Amino acid sequence: MKYICLGYIDQKKWEDVSESERNALMDECFAYDDVLRDNGHFAGGEALQSARDAVTLRYGNGKVSVTDGPYAETKEQLGGILVLEARDLNHAIQLMSKHPGVRVGPFEIRPAADLTAIVAESSERRRSANEGE
Amino acid sequence: MSGDAAERARETVEAVYRTESRRVLATLIRLLGDFDLAEEALHDAFRAALEQWPRDGLPANPRAWLVSTGRFKAIDGIRRRARIEPLDHVPEPADTTADHDFLEDGEGVEDDRLRLIFTCCHPALAPDARVALTLREVCGLTTEEIARAFLTALPALAQRIVRAKAKIRDARIPYQVPSQAELPDRLDSVLRVIYLVFNEGYSASSGASLTRHDLSGEAIRLARLLAELLPEPEAVGLLALMLLQESRRAARASPTGDLILLEDQDRTLWNREQIGEGLALVERALSSRRFGPYSLQAAIAALHAEPPDAAATDWAQIVTLYDVLLRVEPSPVVELNRAVAVAMRDGPSAGLTLIDAILARGDLSEYHLAHSARADLCRRLGKTTQARDAYRRALALARQEPEQRFLERRLAELKN
Repeated sequence: MKYICLGYIDQKKWEDVSESERNALMDECFAYDDVLRDNGHFAGGEALQSARDAVTLRYGNGKVSVTDGPYAETKEQLGGILVLEARDLNHAIQLMSKHPGVRVGPFEIRPAADLTAIVAESSERRRSANEGE
Repeated sequence: MSGDAAERARETVEAVYRTESRRVLATLIRLLGDFDLAEEALHDAFRAALEQWPRDGLPANPRAWLVSTGRFKAIDGIRRRARIEPLDHVPEPADTTADHDFLEDGEGVEDDRLRLIFTCCHPALAPDARVALTLREVCGLTTEEIARAFLTALPALAQRIVRAKAKIRDARIPYQVPSQAELPDRLDSVLRVIYLVFNEGYSASSGASLTRHDLSGEAIRLARLLAELLPEPEAVGLLALMLLQESRRAARASPTGDLILLEDQDRTLWNREQIGEGLALVERALSSRRFGPYSLQAAIAALHAEPPDAAATDWAQIVTLYDVLLRVEPSPVVELNRAVAVAMRDGPSAGLTLIDAILARGDLSEYHLAHSARADLCRRLGKTTQARDAYRRALALARQEPEQRFLERRLAELKN
Protein backbone atom coordinates (compact mmCIF):
# COMPACT_ATOMS: atom_id res chain seq x y z
CA MET A 1 0.00 0.00 0.00
CA LYS A 2 1.21 3.50 -0.83
CA TYR A 3 1.91 6.04 1.86
CA ILE A 4 2.94 9.65 1.21
CA CYS A 5 5.53 10.82 3.71
CA LEU A 6 5.80 14.57 4.15
CA GLY A 7 9.05 15.58 5.79
CA TYR A 8 9.08 18.88 7.63
CA ILE A 9 12.14 20.89 8.58
CA ASP A 10 12.69 23.41 11.30
CA GLN A 11 14.28 25.89 8.89
CA LYS A 12 15.95 27.99 11.55
CA LYS A 13 17.51 24.91 13.23
CA TRP A 14 18.69 23.62 9.85
CA GLU A 15 20.45 26.87 9.03
CA ASP A 16 22.14 27.01 12.44
CA VAL A 17 23.75 23.63 11.84
CA SER A 18 27.34 23.63 10.51
CA GLU A 19 28.00 22.66 6.91
CA SER A 20 29.87 19.50 7.84
CA GLU A 21 27.00 18.41 10.12
CA ARG A 22 24.53 19.13 7.35
CA ASN A 23 26.53 17.06 4.88
CA ALA A 24 26.78 14.22 7.39
CA LEU A 25 23.02 14.18 7.93
CA MET A 26 22.29 14.36 4.22
CA ASP A 27 24.66 11.45 3.65
CA GLU A 28 22.70 9.43 6.20
CA CYS A 29 19.38 10.40 4.61
CA PHE A 30 20.47 9.50 1.08
CA ALA A 31 21.98 6.26 2.30
CA TYR A 32 18.70 5.31 3.94
CA ASP A 33 16.77 6.28 0.80
CA ASP A 34 18.97 3.74 -1.00
CA VAL A 35 18.12 1.10 1.61
CA LEU A 36 14.43 1.77 0.98
CA ARG A 37 14.99 1.58 -2.76
CA ASP A 38 16.91 -1.69 -2.52
CA ASN A 39 14.06 -3.25 -0.54
CA GLY A 40 11.33 -2.08 -2.88
CA HIS A 41 9.84 0.51 -0.50
CA PHE A 42 10.88 3.70 -2.35
CA ALA A 43 8.22 4.53 -4.94
CA GLY A 44 9.33 8.08 -5.56
CA GLY A 45 10.37 11.23 -3.81
CA GLU A 46 11.45 14.79 -4.17
CA ALA A 47 13.31 17.29 -2.05
CA LEU A 48 11.90 20.78 -1.86
CA GLN A 49 13.80 24.05 -2.01
CA SER A 50 13.28 26.45 0.87
CA ALA A 51 9.79 27.81 1.45
CA ARG A 52 11.29 31.21 0.73
CA ASP A 53 11.49 30.24 -2.94
CA ALA A 54 7.83 29.29 -3.11
CA VAL A 55 4.85 31.02 -4.70
CA THR A 56 1.18 30.66 -3.71
CA LEU A 57 -1.78 30.64 -6.07
CA ARG A 58 -5.17 31.37 -4.55
CA TYR A 59 -8.60 31.65 -6.14
CA GLY A 60 -10.86 34.47 -5.02
CA ASN A 61 -13.22 37.09 -6.47
CA GLY A 62 -13.37 35.22 -9.76
CA LYS A 63 -9.66 35.13 -10.40
CA VAL A 64 -6.36 33.58 -9.37
CA SER A 65 -4.07 35.74 -7.29
CA VAL A 66 -0.34 35.13 -6.98
CA THR A 67 1.53 35.89 -3.77
CA ASP A 68 4.78 34.79 -2.24
CA GLY A 69 5.11 31.44 -0.45
CA PRO A 70 3.93 30.33 2.99
CA TYR A 71 4.77 32.51 5.98
CA ALA A 72 8.46 31.72 6.10
CA GLU A 73 8.70 32.48 9.81
CA THR A 74 6.60 29.38 10.60
CA LYS A 75 8.91 27.05 12.48
CA GLU A 76 8.32 23.95 10.38
CA GLN A 77 8.14 23.96 6.61
CA LEU A 78 7.73 21.13 4.14
CA GLY A 79 11.19 19.97 3.08
CA GLY A 80 10.59 16.83 1.08
CA ILE A 81 8.17 14.17 -0.08
CA LEU A 82 8.74 10.42 -0.10
CA VAL A 83 6.34 7.95 -1.69
CA LEU A 84 6.57 4.79 0.35
CA GLU A 85 5.42 1.28 -0.47
CA ALA A 86 4.64 -0.66 2.74
CA ARG A 87 2.48 -3.60 3.89
CA ASP A 88 0.40 -1.56 6.32
CA LEU A 89 0.60 1.47 8.62
CA ASN A 90 2.74 -0.26 11.25
CA HIS A 91 5.21 -1.24 8.54
CA ALA A 92 5.28 2.34 7.22
CA ILE A 93 5.88 3.61 10.77
CA GLN A 94 8.71 1.13 11.27
CA LEU A 95 10.40 2.09 7.99
CA MET A 96 10.13 5.86 8.46
CA SER A 97 11.04 5.81 12.17
CA LYS A 98 14.48 4.69 11.04
CA HIS A 99 14.84 7.46 8.44
CA PRO A 100 17.53 9.93 9.64
CA GLY A 101 15.39 12.79 8.31
CA VAL A 102 13.01 12.43 11.26
CA ARG A 103 15.66 14.05 13.45
CA VAL A 104 15.42 17.34 11.54
CA GLY A 105 11.68 17.68 11.75
CA PRO A 106 8.47 15.68 12.00
CA PHE A 107 7.24 13.27 9.34
CA GLU A 108 3.60 13.15 8.43
CA ILE A 109 2.61 9.78 6.97
CA ARG A 110 -0.64 9.65 5.06
CA PRO A 111 -2.13 6.80 3.08
CA ALA A 112 -2.27 7.62 -0.62
CA ALA A 113 -5.84 7.95 -1.82
CA ASP A 114 -6.77 5.46 -4.50
CA LEU A 115 -8.74 7.53 -6.99
CA THR A 116 -8.97 4.78 -9.62
CA ALA A 117 -12.75 4.49 -9.32
CA ILE A 118 -13.25 8.25 -9.15
CA VAL A 119 -11.00 8.85 -12.15
CA ALA A 120 -12.83 6.17 -14.12
CA GLU A 121 -16.21 7.75 -13.34
CA SER A 122 -14.89 11.15 -14.35
CA SER A 123 -13.49 9.77 -17.63
CA GLU A 124 -16.86 8.22 -18.32
CA ARG A 125 -18.63 11.54 -17.70
CA ARG A 126 -16.17 13.41 -19.94
CA ARG A 127 -16.49 10.76 -22.65
CA SER A 128 -20.30 10.99 -22.61
CA ALA A 129 -20.09 14.78 -22.66
CA ASN A 130 -17.81 14.66 -25.71
CA GLU A 131 -20.07 12.20 -27.49
CA GLY A 132 -23.06 14.41 -26.77
CA GLU A 133 -21.52 17.30 -28.71
CA MET B 1 -40.24 -26.69 24.07
CA SER B 2 -41.48 -25.91 27.58
CA GLY B 3 -41.34 -22.40 28.95
CA ASP B 4 -38.88 -23.49 31.65
CA ALA B 5 -36.42 -25.06 29.25
CA ALA B 6 -36.62 -22.01 26.97
CA GLU B 7 -35.92 -19.74 29.93
CA ARG B 8 -32.93 -21.84 30.97
CA ALA B 9 -31.61 -21.85 27.43
CA ARG B 10 -31.89 -18.07 27.27
CA GLU B 11 -30.06 -17.76 30.59
CA THR B 12 -27.29 -20.03 29.34
CA VAL B 13 -26.85 -17.99 26.19
CA GLU B 14 -26.82 -14.78 28.26
CA ALA B 15 -24.21 -16.25 30.58
CA VAL B 16 -22.06 -17.28 27.66
CA TYR B 17 -22.54 -13.79 26.18
CA ARG B 18 -21.29 -12.21 29.40
CA THR B 19 -18.16 -14.33 29.61
CA GLU B 20 -17.28 -14.99 25.97
CA SER B 21 -18.74 -12.31 23.68
CA ARG B 22 -15.66 -10.02 23.81
CA ARG B 23 -13.35 -12.86 22.99
CA VAL B 24 -15.54 -14.10 20.16
CA LEU B 25 -15.68 -10.57 18.76
CA ALA B 26 -11.90 -10.20 18.90
CA THR B 27 -11.43 -13.40 16.91
CA LEU B 28 -14.13 -12.50 14.39
CA ILE B 29 -12.43 -9.14 13.76
CA ARG B 30 -9.23 -11.01 12.90
CA LEU B 31 -11.01 -13.47 10.64
CA LEU B 32 -13.25 -10.99 8.86
CA GLY B 33 -10.87 -8.02 8.81
CA ASP B 34 -13.58 -5.52 9.70
CA PHE B 35 -15.06 -4.27 12.99
CA ASP B 36 -18.62 -3.70 11.78
CA LEU B 37 -18.78 -7.00 9.93
CA ALA B 38 -17.52 -8.77 13.03
CA GLU B 39 -20.12 -7.11 15.25
CA GLU B 40 -22.89 -8.15 12.87
CA ALA B 41 -21.49 -11.67 12.79
CA LEU B 42 -21.37 -11.75 16.60
CA HIS B 43 -25.05 -10.87 16.87
CA ASP B 44 -26.03 -13.35 14.19
CA ALA B 45 -24.08 -16.05 16.00
CA PHE B 46 -25.79 -15.40 19.33
CA ARG B 47 -29.18 -15.27 17.64
CA ALA B 48 -28.43 -18.66 16.14
CA ALA B 49 -27.34 -19.93 19.56
CA LEU B 50 -30.68 -18.88 21.05
CA GLU B 51 -32.42 -20.93 18.37
CA GLN B 52 -30.20 -24.01 18.24
CA TRP B 53 -28.77 -24.62 21.72
CA PRO B 54 -32.15 -25.35 23.35
CA ARG B 55 -32.71 -27.89 20.59
CA ASP B 56 -29.20 -29.42 20.25
CA GLY B 57 -27.81 -28.77 23.73
CA LEU B 58 -24.86 -26.62 24.76
CA PRO B 59 -21.86 -27.24 22.43
CA ALA B 60 -18.68 -28.68 23.96
CA ASN B 61 -16.78 -25.52 23.01
CA PRO B 62 -19.28 -22.64 22.91
CA ARG B 63 -16.65 -20.11 21.85
CA ALA B 64 -15.54 -22.17 18.85
CA TRP B 65 -19.17 -22.75 17.88
CA LEU B 66 -19.95 -19.03 18.02
CA VAL B 67 -16.84 -18.02 16.04
CA SER B 68 -17.50 -20.65 13.42
CA THR B 69 -21.18 -19.75 13.11
CA GLY B 70 -20.52 -16.01 13.02
CA ARG B 71 -17.84 -16.40 10.38
CA PHE B 72 -20.01 -18.62 8.23
CA LYS B 73 -22.94 -16.22 8.34
CA ALA B 74 -20.70 -13.25 7.54
CA ILE B 75 -19.10 -14.92 4.52
CA ASP B 76 -22.51 -16.10 3.40
CA GLY B 77 -23.79 -12.54 3.68
CA ILE B 78 -20.82 -11.23 1.71
CA ARG B 79 -21.40 -13.70 -1.10
CA ARG B 80 -25.10 -12.83 -1.24
CA ARG B 81 -24.36 -9.11 -1.36
CA ALA B 82 -21.70 -9.65 -4.06
CA ARG B 83 -24.41 -10.93 -6.37
CA ILE B 84 -26.28 -7.65 -5.91
CA GLU B 85 -23.51 -5.06 -5.56
CA PRO B 86 -20.34 -4.59 -7.60
CA LEU B 87 -17.58 -6.73 -6.11
CA ASP B 88 -15.19 -3.88 -5.29
CA HIS B 89 -17.66 -2.46 -2.74
CA VAL B 90 -17.66 -5.66 -0.72
CA PRO B 91 -14.89 -6.51 1.75
CA GLU B 92 -13.17 -9.85 1.43
CA PRO B 93 -12.80 -11.87 4.61
CA ALA B 94 -9.23 -11.47 5.75
CA ASP B 95 -8.49 -15.04 6.66
CA THR B 96 -9.39 -18.21 4.80
CA THR B 97 -7.51 -20.72 6.95
CA ALA B 98 -9.19 -23.99 7.78
CA ASP B 99 -11.76 -24.04 10.57
CA HIS B 100 -9.67 -25.77 13.22
CA ASP B 101 -6.79 -23.30 13.01
CA PHE B 102 -8.24 -20.07 14.21
CA LEU B 103 -8.95 -20.84 17.82
CA GLU B 104 -5.73 -22.39 19.06
CA ASP B 105 -4.50 -20.36 22.03
CA GLY B 106 -1.16 -20.69 23.68
CA GLU B 107 0.65 -22.46 20.88
CA GLY B 108 2.40 -19.34 19.67
CA VAL B 109 -0.96 -17.86 18.68
CA GLU B 110 -1.71 -14.77 20.75
CA ASP B 111 -5.02 -14.08 22.36
CA ASP B 112 -7.09 -12.06 19.91
CA ARG B 113 -8.18 -9.77 22.74
CA LEU B 114 -4.58 -8.56 22.94
CA ARG B 115 -4.65 -7.75 19.22
CA LEU B 116 -7.90 -5.90 19.77
CA ILE B 117 -6.61 -3.86 22.72
CA PHE B 118 -3.46 -2.78 20.89
CA THR B 119 -5.42 -1.89 17.74
CA CYS B 120 -8.00 0.18 19.63
CA CYS B 121 -5.17 2.02 21.43
CA HIS B 122 -3.05 2.59 18.32
CA PRO B 123 -1.14 5.90 18.53
CA ALA B 124 -2.37 6.86 15.04
CA LEU B 125 -5.87 7.26 16.54
CA ALA B 126 -6.74 10.44 18.41
CA PRO B 127 -6.54 9.93 22.20
CA ASP B 128 -10.26 10.35 22.85
CA ALA B 129 -11.00 8.04 19.93
CA ARG B 130 -8.80 5.37 21.54
CA VAL B 131 -10.74 5.64 24.78
CA ALA B 132 -14.15 5.44 23.09
CA LEU B 133 -13.17 2.57 20.80
CA THR B 134 -11.59 0.54 23.62
CA LEU B 135 -14.64 0.91 25.86
CA ARG B 136 -16.89 -0.07 22.97
CA GLU B 137 -15.02 -2.99 21.44
CA VAL B 138 -12.94 -4.41 24.30
CA CYS B 139 -15.22 -3.68 27.25
CA GLY B 140 -18.51 -4.04 25.38
CA LEU B 141 -20.10 -0.81 26.61
CA THR B 142 -22.83 0.59 24.38
CA THR B 143 -22.27 3.91 22.66
CA GLU B 144 -24.97 5.40 24.91
CA GLU B 145 -23.22 4.19 28.06
CA ILE B 146 -19.90 5.66 26.93
CA ALA B 147 -21.47 9.00 25.99
CA ARG B 148 -23.22 9.23 29.34
CA ALA B 149 -20.11 8.20 31.27
CA PHE B 150 -18.03 10.92 29.65
CA LEU B 151 -20.83 13.48 29.60
CA THR B 152 -20.48 13.76 25.82
CA ALA B 153 -23.31 14.21 23.34
CA LEU B 154 -24.29 10.87 21.83
CA PRO B 155 -23.95 11.84 18.13
CA ALA B 156 -20.46 13.26 18.75
CA LEU B 157 -19.36 10.10 20.55
CA ALA B 158 -20.87 7.84 17.89
CA GLN B 159 -19.14 9.83 15.16
CA ARG B 160 -15.83 9.52 17.02
CA ILE B 161 -16.13 5.72 16.97
CA VAL B 162 -17.18 5.62 13.31
CA ARG B 163 -14.19 7.81 12.38
CA ALA B 164 -11.79 5.62 14.36
CA LYS B 165 -12.97 2.44 12.63
CA ALA B 166 -12.73 4.20 9.27
CA LYS B 167 -9.17 5.25 9.98
CA ILE B 168 -8.20 1.70 10.95
CA ARG B 169 -9.60 0.56 7.62
CA ASP B 170 -8.41 3.40 5.37
CA ALA B 171 -4.90 3.85 6.76
CA ARG B 172 -4.61 0.07 7.04
CA ILE B 173 -3.76 -0.19 10.72
CA PRO B 174 -3.05 -3.91 11.02
CA TYR B 175 -4.69 -6.15 13.61
CA GLN B 176 -1.50 -7.13 15.41
CA VAL B 177 0.25 -7.34 18.72
CA PRO B 178 3.30 -5.07 18.42
CA SER B 179 6.78 -6.55 18.05
CA GLN B 180 9.11 -6.63 21.03
CA ALA B 181 10.88 -3.49 19.78
CA GLU B 182 7.65 -1.50 19.58
CA LEU B 183 6.08 -2.94 22.71
CA PRO B 184 7.23 -0.37 25.32
CA ASP B 185 5.72 2.62 23.48
CA ARG B 186 2.63 0.76 22.34
CA LEU B 187 2.01 -0.62 25.82
CA ASP B 188 2.38 2.89 27.21
CA SER B 189 -0.42 4.02 24.90
CA VAL B 190 -2.69 1.24 26.21
CA LEU B 191 -1.87 2.00 29.84
CA ARG B 192 -2.62 5.68 29.29
CA VAL B 193 -6.06 4.85 27.91
CA ILE B 194 -6.84 2.58 30.85
CA TYR B 195 -5.63 5.11 33.44
CA LEU B 196 -7.57 7.89 31.75
CA VAL B 197 -10.75 5.82 31.97
CA PHE B 198 -9.99 5.10 35.64
CA ASN B 199 -9.40 8.77 36.49
CA GLU B 200 -12.60 9.78 34.76
CA GLY B 201 -14.40 7.46 37.14
CA TYR B 202 -12.21 8.24 40.15
CA SER B 203 -12.72 11.97 40.27
CA ALA B 204 -16.38 11.96 39.24
CA SER B 205 -18.42 13.78 41.85
CA SER B 206 -20.57 11.57 44.04
CA GLY B 207 -23.61 13.55 43.03
CA ALA B 208 -23.26 12.46 39.43
CA SER B 209 -26.09 10.78 37.56
CA LEU B 210 -26.83 7.24 38.74
CA THR B 211 -26.72 6.01 35.17
CA ARG B 212 -23.03 6.89 34.74
CA HIS B 213 -21.20 3.66 34.16
CA ASP B 214 -18.67 2.52 36.75
CA LEU B 215 -15.62 3.60 34.78
CA SER B 216 -13.15 2.86 37.53
CA GLY B 217 -14.42 -0.70 37.74
CA GLU B 218 -14.19 -1.04 33.98
CA ALA B 219 -10.61 0.24 33.98
CA ILE B 220 -9.63 -2.25 36.66
CA ARG B 221 -11.24 -5.12 34.73
CA LEU B 222 -9.39 -4.02 31.60
CA ALA B 223 -6.07 -3.79 33.44
CA ARG B 224 -6.65 -7.25 34.91
CA LEU B 225 -7.22 -8.68 31.46
CA LEU B 226 -4.12 -6.95 30.11
CA ALA B 227 -1.94 -8.11 33.00
CA GLU B 228 -3.23 -11.66 32.51
CA LEU B 229 -2.52 -11.67 28.76
CA LEU B 230 0.69 -9.64 28.91
CA PRO B 231 2.30 -9.80 32.37
CA GLU B 232 4.61 -6.84 31.79
CA PRO B 233 5.73 -5.09 35.00
CA GLU B 234 4.09 -1.77 34.06
CA ALA B 235 0.76 -3.43 33.30
CA VAL B 236 0.94 -5.11 36.71
CA GLY B 237 2.03 -1.81 38.25
CA LEU B 238 -0.92 0.09 36.80
CA LEU B 239 -3.37 -2.52 38.09
CA ALA B 240 -1.79 -2.24 41.53
CA LEU B 241 -1.97 1.55 41.46
CA MET B 242 -5.64 1.57 40.52
CA LEU B 243 -6.61 -1.07 43.11
CA LEU B 244 -4.85 0.89 45.86
CA GLN B 245 -6.52 4.14 44.83
CA GLU B 246 -9.91 2.47 44.46
CA SER B 247 -9.58 0.90 47.92
CA ARG B 248 -10.14 4.33 49.45
CA ARG B 249 -13.33 5.16 47.55
CA ALA B 250 -15.68 4.77 50.52
CA ALA B 251 -13.52 7.02 52.70
CA ARG B 252 -12.79 9.81 50.23
CA ALA B 253 -15.95 11.79 50.63
CA SER B 254 -18.34 12.57 53.47
CA PRO B 255 -22.03 11.63 53.13
CA THR B 256 -22.65 15.19 51.94
CA GLY B 257 -20.00 14.85 49.25
CA ASP B 258 -17.26 16.82 50.98
CA LEU B 259 -13.63 16.01 50.30
CA ILE B 260 -11.74 14.11 53.02
CA LEU B 261 -7.96 14.26 52.75
CA LEU B 262 -5.93 11.06 52.93
CA GLU B 263 -4.56 11.95 56.38
CA ASP B 264 -8.11 12.43 57.75
CA GLN B 265 -9.76 9.37 56.21
CA ASP B 266 -11.40 6.66 58.29
CA ARG B 267 -9.13 3.75 57.46
CA THR B 268 -11.72 1.19 58.61
CA LEU B 269 -13.61 2.13 55.45
CA TRP B 270 -10.68 1.17 53.22
CA ASN B 271 -11.20 -1.99 51.17
CA ARG B 272 -8.67 -4.42 52.65
CA GLU B 273 -9.09 -6.97 49.87
CA GLN B 274 -8.13 -4.47 47.21
CA ILE B 275 -5.23 -3.25 49.33
CA GLY B 276 -4.00 -6.82 49.84
CA GLU B 277 -4.14 -7.52 46.13
CA GLY B 278 -2.55 -4.16 45.31
CA LEU B 279 0.36 -4.70 47.70
CA ALA B 280 1.08 -8.15 46.28
CA LEU B 281 1.02 -6.78 42.74
CA VAL B 282 3.39 -3.95 43.68
CA GLU B 283 5.90 -6.48 44.94
CA ARG B 284 5.53 -8.48 41.73
CA ALA B 285 6.02 -5.40 39.54
CA LEU B 286 9.06 -4.17 41.47
CA SER B 287 10.66 -7.61 41.58
CA SER B 288 11.26 -7.24 37.84
CA ARG B 289 13.77 -4.50 38.72
CA ARG B 290 12.35 -2.46 35.85
CA PHE B 291 11.07 0.63 37.62
CA GLY B 292 8.52 2.17 35.33
CA PRO B 293 6.35 5.17 36.29
CA TYR B 294 3.18 3.20 37.07
CA SER B 295 5.03 0.69 39.23
CA LEU B 296 6.70 3.51 41.13
CA GLN B 297 3.44 5.37 41.66
CA ALA B 298 1.93 2.10 42.85
CA ALA B 299 4.80 1.66 45.31
CA ILE B 300 4.12 5.13 46.68
CA ALA B 301 0.42 4.30 46.93
CA ALA B 302 1.38 1.13 48.81
CA LEU B 303 3.32 3.17 51.38
CA HIS B 304 0.16 5.18 51.99
CA ALA B 305 -2.06 2.09 52.18
CA GLU B 306 0.01 -0.04 54.54
CA PRO B 307 0.28 1.95 57.81
CA PRO B 308 -2.54 1.71 60.38
CA ASP B 309 -2.74 5.50 60.63
CA ALA B 310 -1.43 8.59 58.82
CA ALA B 311 1.18 9.31 61.50
CA ALA B 312 2.90 5.99 60.80
CA THR B 313 3.47 6.83 57.12
CA ASP B 314 7.08 6.34 56.01
CA TRP B 315 7.60 9.70 54.33
CA ALA B 316 11.35 9.18 53.90
CA GLN B 317 10.72 6.11 51.77
CA ILE B 318 8.09 8.00 49.82
CA VAL B 319 10.53 10.80 49.05
CA THR B 320 13.09 8.24 47.87
CA LEU B 321 10.53 6.75 45.49
CA TYR B 322 9.68 10.21 44.18
CA ASP B 323 13.40 10.75 43.54
CA VAL B 324 13.40 7.70 41.28
CA LEU B 325 10.08 8.64 39.67
CA LEU B 326 11.45 12.10 38.88
CA ARG B 327 14.41 10.55 37.07
CA VAL B 328 12.18 8.14 35.13
CA GLU B 329 9.39 10.56 34.27
CA PRO B 330 10.39 14.15 35.06
CA SER B 331 7.40 16.46 35.32
CA PRO B 332 6.43 19.49 37.40
CA VAL B 333 3.46 17.61 38.89
CA VAL B 334 5.75 14.84 40.13
CA GLU B 335 8.05 17.54 41.52
CA LEU B 336 5.09 19.07 43.33
CA ASN B 337 4.03 15.76 44.87
CA ARG B 338 7.61 15.17 45.95
CA ALA B 339 7.71 18.61 47.55
CA VAL B 340 4.63 17.72 49.61
CA ALA B 341 6.35 14.52 50.74
CA VAL B 342 9.55 16.44 51.56
CA ALA B 343 7.48 18.80 53.71
CA MET B 344 6.20 15.81 55.66
CA ARG B 345 9.70 14.42 56.11
CA ASP B 346 11.67 17.65 56.73
CA GLY B 347 9.07 20.19 57.77
CA PRO B 348 6.88 22.72 55.88
CA SER B 349 9.73 25.14 55.19
CA ALA B 350 11.66 22.63 53.08
CA GLY B 351 8.57 21.81 51.05
CA LEU B 352 7.67 25.46 50.56
CA THR B 353 11.11 26.24 49.15
CA LEU B 354 10.67 23.53 46.52
CA ILE B 355 7.15 24.63 45.53
CA ASP B 356 8.22 28.26 45.27
CA ALA B 357 11.03 27.20 42.95
CA ILE B 358 8.58 25.38 40.64
CA LEU B 359 6.23 28.37 40.49
CA ALA B 360 9.14 30.81 40.01
CA ARG B 361 10.07 28.89 36.88
CA GLY B 362 6.59 29.54 35.54
CA ASP B 363 5.48 25.92 35.86
CA LEU B 364 2.09 24.94 37.31
CA SER B 365 0.98 28.57 37.66
CA GLU B 366 -2.54 27.53 36.52
CA TYR B 367 -2.61 24.28 38.53
CA HIS B 368 -4.91 24.68 41.52
CA LEU B 369 -3.23 21.89 43.50
CA ALA B 370 0.12 23.72 43.37
CA HIS B 371 -1.44 26.74 45.03
CA SER B 372 -3.45 24.72 47.54
CA ALA B 373 -0.30 22.79 48.52
CA ARG B 374 1.56 26.07 48.93
CA ALA B 375 -1.30 27.51 50.94
CA ASP B 376 -1.29 24.52 53.26
CA LEU B 377 2.44 24.84 53.97
CA CYS B 378 2.15 28.58 54.56
CA ARG B 379 -0.71 27.92 56.95
CA ARG B 380 1.39 25.41 58.90
CA LEU B 381 4.19 27.97 59.13
CA GLY B 382 1.82 30.60 60.45
CA LYS B 383 2.18 32.72 57.30
CA THR B 384 -1.53 33.55 57.31
CA THR B 385 -1.57 36.28 54.66
CA GLN B 386 0.39 34.21 52.17
CA ALA B 387 -1.81 31.20 52.93
CA ARG B 388 -4.94 33.23 52.29
CA ASP B 389 -3.63 34.53 48.94
CA ALA B 390 -2.63 31.05 47.85
CA TYR B 391 -6.01 29.53 48.83
CA ARG B 392 -7.76 32.28 46.90
CA ARG B 393 -5.61 31.57 43.84
CA ALA B 394 -6.35 27.84 44.16
CA LEU B 395 -10.07 28.52 44.53
CA ALA B 396 -10.09 30.62 41.37
CA LEU B 397 -8.51 27.73 39.46
CA ALA B 398 -10.35 24.75 40.98
CA ARG B 399 -13.09 23.38 38.73
CA GLN B 400 -14.72 20.63 40.77
CA GLU B 401 -17.34 21.54 43.34
CA PRO B 402 -16.08 19.39 46.24
CA GLU B 403 -12.61 20.88 45.83
CA GLN B 404 -14.01 24.41 45.75
CA ARG B 405 -15.98 23.80 48.93
CA PHE B 406 -12.90 22.38 50.61
CA LEU B 407 -10.82 25.45 49.72
CA GLU B 408 -13.58 27.79 50.89
CA ARG B 409 -13.64 25.99 54.23
CA ARG B 410 -9.87 26.39 54.59
CA LEU B 411 -10.19 30.10 53.86
CA ALA B 412 -12.95 30.43 56.45
CA GLU B 413 -10.76 28.61 59.02
CA LEU B 414 -7.96 31.09 58.41
CA LYS B 415 -10.18 34.03 59.26
CA ASN B 416 -10.72 32.66 62.80
